[in-house]
Amino acid sequence: MSGYPPEMRESIRKVEATRARRIKETFPAMSLEERDAILQAFHPDYKEETFHALRVGVSKGQRMPIELGKIVEGWPHITPDFDLSEPFAETDVLVIGGGGGGASAALLAQENGAKVILVTKLRFGDANTMMAQGGIQAADRPEDSPAIHYLDVIGGGHFTNVPELVEALVMDAPFVIEWLEELGMMFDKEPDGTMIEAHGGGTSRKRMHSARDYSGAEIMRTLRDEVRDREDDITVIEFSPAVELVLDDNGQAAGAIVMNLETGVYSYIKAKAVVLATGGGGRLHYQGFPTTNHYGATADGVVIAYRAGARLGYLESMQYHPTGAAFPEQILGLLVTEKVRGLGGQPVNAEGEQFVYPLEPRDVEAAALIRECAPVEQGGHGKGVVTPTGQPGVWLDSPIIEMIKGPGTIKKALPAMVRQFGRFGIDITKEPMLVYPTLHYQNGGVRLKPDGSTDVPGLFIAGEVSGGVHGHNRLMGNSLLEITVFGRRSGRSAAAHSQRVKLGAPSLAHVAAWIKELDEAGVDTGVISPILLPDYTRHQ
Amino acid sequence: MAEQQDNLIPIYIMGKQYMVPSTLTIMKAMEWAGYKLIRGVGCRGGFCGACATVYRIMGDPKLYFGLACQTVVQPGMYLAQIPFFPAQRATYDITKLEPTATTLFSIYPEVLRCLGCGACSKACPQEIDVRAYMAAGMRGDIAAVADISFDCIMCGLCASRCPAEEAQYNIAILARRLYGRYLAPRSQHLQERLKEIRAGKFDAELEELKGLSKDELVARYKARDIEPK
Ligand SMILES: Cc1cc2nc3c(=O)[nH]c(=O)nc-3n(C[C@H](O)[C@H](O)[C@H](O)COP(=O)(O)OP(=O)(O)OC[C@H]3O[C@@H](n4cnc5c(N)ncnc54)[C@H](O)[C@@H]3O)c2cc1C
Ligand code: SF4
Ligand code: SF4
Ligand code: FES
Repeated sequence: MSGYPPEMRESIRKVEATRARRIKETFPAMSLEERDAILQAFHPDYKEETFHALRVGVSKGQRMPIELGKIVEGWPHITPDFDLSEPFAETDVLVIGGGGGGASAALLAQENGAKVILVTKLRFGDANTMMAQGGIQAADRPEDSPAIHYLDVIGGGHFTNVPELVEALVMDAPFVIEWLEELGMMFDKEPDGTMIEAHGGGTSRKRMHSARDYSGAEIMRTLRDEVRDREDDITVIEFSPAVELVLDDNGQAAGAIVMNLETGVYSYIKAKAVVLATGGGGRLHYQGFPTTNHYGATADGVVIAYRAGARLGYLESMQYHPTGAAFPEQILGLLVTEKVRGLGGQPVNAEGEQFVYPLEPRDVEAAALIRECAPVEQGGHGKGVVTPTGQPGVWLDSPIIEMIKGPGTIKKALPAMVRQFGRFGIDITKEPMLVYPTLHYQNGGVRLKPDGSTDVPGLFIAGEVSGGVHGHNRLMGNSLLEITVFGRRSGRSAAAHSQRVKLGAPSLAHVAAWIKELDEAGVDTGVISPILLPDYTRHQ
Repeated sequence: MAEQQDNLIPIYIMGKQYMVPSTLTIMKAMEWAGYKLIRGVGCRGGFCGACATVYRIMGDPKLYFGLACQTVVQPGMYLAQIPFFPAQRATYDITKLEPTATTLFSIYPEVLRCLGCGACSKACPQEIDVRAYMAAGMRGDIAAVADISFDCIMCGLCASRCPAEEAQYNIAILARRLYGRYLAPRSQHLQERLKEIRAGKFDAELEELKGLSKDELVARYKARDIEPK
C-alpha cells in the first residue's frame, strides 16, 4: 500500500518511466560562476529583508537572521545583583552542552587532570549530534590527503574560512577517527578493516566514514557511555541549561548561572574554566523554514557568549539542507541524509527529469531545489510537486540506488531512513521521497582560535556554536569532525587553563553593562534570552 | 504547526481527554493540547529515545508502544510517556576489558537470567529483536549482540517490560563497544596515515596552502581532480 495520495502517485510514475535512462545520465555540475548566480537568486541567505544588523555589543553590525538578532539583543534572565556568594557547585572545568562537542571536551578535560561538571538542557545526548546520519570526514585513504581535504573545506566554505582552523580540522581528523575506534565506535568496514568511505557534497575524495545511517548516534552514545564510565571525575547534570556566564573581576570565565528547567530555580556553578558547546539554532525557524534540529537548538551559546564579550562571526549564513522531508506532513523538515545522494540517489522534478548535479555543495543544491519548485513568474522552473497541504517538493529517487548498487543496499546502508518513511507507509526501496530544503546548520557563531579559546579568557568553545571553521558553508561530515576535533582541543585547553588561572571574585558586571548598553541604545526586543525551548503550544 | 480544525479526535493524555487533529503525531498532539514539553522530548526525529510512550486504544486490552515523535494519534488513544526508566548501568574501563563472554557475564551477570519471553522485542519501537540479542548475549556472542542491537536508541521500553529486570540497552552498548574496539578489524590505511602525519609529511603542503591568496586558492580548487563515484 503506497503512503502517497493518487495525484502524487501519478508523478511517481513519470519518475519510474525515466529511471532506466537516468542511470546512465550524469547531470553536469555547475561552474563557480553558475553557483554564484543561483545562490544570489534563490538561496534564503540572500534575502536582505530577512536580516538584522546587531546594534549593541562587540560585534556591532554583524548581520544575522532577524529571529536570531532578536534574542541576541535580548534581556537577561537574572539581574546583576544575583547572589554569587554560595555556589551550588564548584569544579575545575564546566562544560555547557551535552552533545558530541561537550562530551569530547569533558573527556579530554578529565584526561588532562580536571574535575568536570557537564550541564545540559535536556537529557545528556538529546542533541543534534544524535541525529547525524551521514558520517564524518577524515582524509585517511592513500588517494586522499589532509591537503586535499583542506581545499575541499575552503572551497565549500566560499574561501572565507579561517585557515588555521581548517588546518586543525583536517590534520586532527585521522586521529579523531582512531580515538573513536579506540572508544569502541563501530565504523562501517570491509572484512579486512578498510574503512568504507563515500563521497559527500563538495568532496573531491571519498572520505565519509559512517556507522550505517546512525553515524552521529553511534558517536554520541559511545562518548556518553565513556563519560558515564568516568563518573568519579565527571558529574553530569541534566535539565539544567546555562542562562548566563559568570566572569571574575578581571573578566575571566568563572562559571555560569544554570536554570533547573523543571523548578525554574537559578543557581551558580563556579568553575575555573568553561567550555561552551551548546550547538546550533534550527528551532528559531528562520524565514519560517522547518528544521532538522533537535528541540533544544535555540542558539543559547551565541547569546550568552556575546553578553560576556566574545565576538561573533559568519552568522549571516545559515545552512539549509537541500533534502528535508516534504511529505508526509508529520515528518516535515526532518532530514533525508545526503548519503542517499552519495549512494546514487537523484533529485528529479515532477516530470521525472534530473535538474541538478546531485552532490553540489549544500547551499547550491538547496538553491537549485528552490528554483525548480518556484513559479516561472519568479524566475523559477515551476516543476515541483505540490502535496495536499500545499508544501512543494521534488523527488529524491531512492529506488535507483538498488539498480546501481544491487538489491538490499538501501536496507543495509539506510535503515533509519527506511524505518522513518516506513512508519508512514512509504517504502523507499520502491518509491521515491518528496524533499524540500530545511533549516539545518548554523555555519557561524562564536569566534574561536585553533586551541578552542575565545576572546574571553577561560572561555573555550567547540562545535556548532562556534564560527570560522567552515567559512560560509559547511560540508557534510565536517561537523561531526569539528565537534570531536575542537571538543578535544577545548577540553585540553580548558584543563590547562584551570590549572594555572588565579580567579578573582565572581561577578555579573558584564550583565549590568549589557543592560546599560541596551538601555542607552534604546534597544528593546521584548525578549528574555536565551529562550531555551521553542514554544509549540497552541495559543487559543 | 498544524492548525487545521477539521477532523478532531479524542485522545487521553494520562487519563484526561483532549480533542486533537487526527493527522498529528502524539508529540505534536500534546503540544496542540497545550503541553509545553520538557520531559519526553529530545530530537523530535526518532533518534534519541526520549519520547518512549505506552498506549492503549479504548476497548482494546492490548498495550502498544511507540515513539511520541514518530507515531500518529488514533481515536481513543490512552497514552502515558516513559521519559525516564531507572535501569541498572555498570561502570567499566573499556581499555581494560577483554572481548569475551566472561567479561559480559561479570559486568552484567543478569544477562543469564533472561527468560526468553520476548516482551522486550514486542515493545521495541525500533523493531529490534531484543530477545535475539539477549540470547546472543547468553551465548557470549558479542559480535551478534553488537550487530542485532545496532539501531537501538536506548529508549528504555524493553527494560520497562522485562520480567527479569534486564537493562538490555546497557548490555548492548557494552557489547558494541567491545566489538568496535577489540573485535572489528583495524584499518591499516588509517594507521599508515597517522604515521605520515606524525612524521610531518603534510606540514609543508599545509603551510603553503594557508599562505595562498584567495585567487590562488580558487585556481587550485578548480583544478582539483574528482575521484569517480
Ligand atoms: C538531522 C541532522 C543530521 C546531521 N548529519 C550530519 C552528518 O551526517 N555529518 C556531520 O558531520 N554533521 C551532521 N549534522 C551536524 C552535526 O550533527 C551537528 O552540527 C553537531 O553534532 C553539533 O554538535 P554540538 O556538540 O556542537 O551540538 P549538539 O550535538 O546539538 O549538542 C548541544 C547540546 O547542548 C545543549 N544545550 C543547548 N543550549 C544549552 C544551554 N543553554 N545550556 C546547557 N546545554 C545546552 C543541547 O541541548 C545539546 O544537548 C547533522 C545535524 C542534524 C540536525
Ligand atoms: S523481556 Fe527480559 S526476560 Fe523477556 S526476553 Fe526480553 S530480556 Fe529476556
Ligand atoms: S532495544 Fe530497548 S532501548 Fe533499544 S530501542 Fe529497542 S526498546 Fe528501546
Ligand atoms: S524525541 Fe527523540 S526519539 Fe522522539
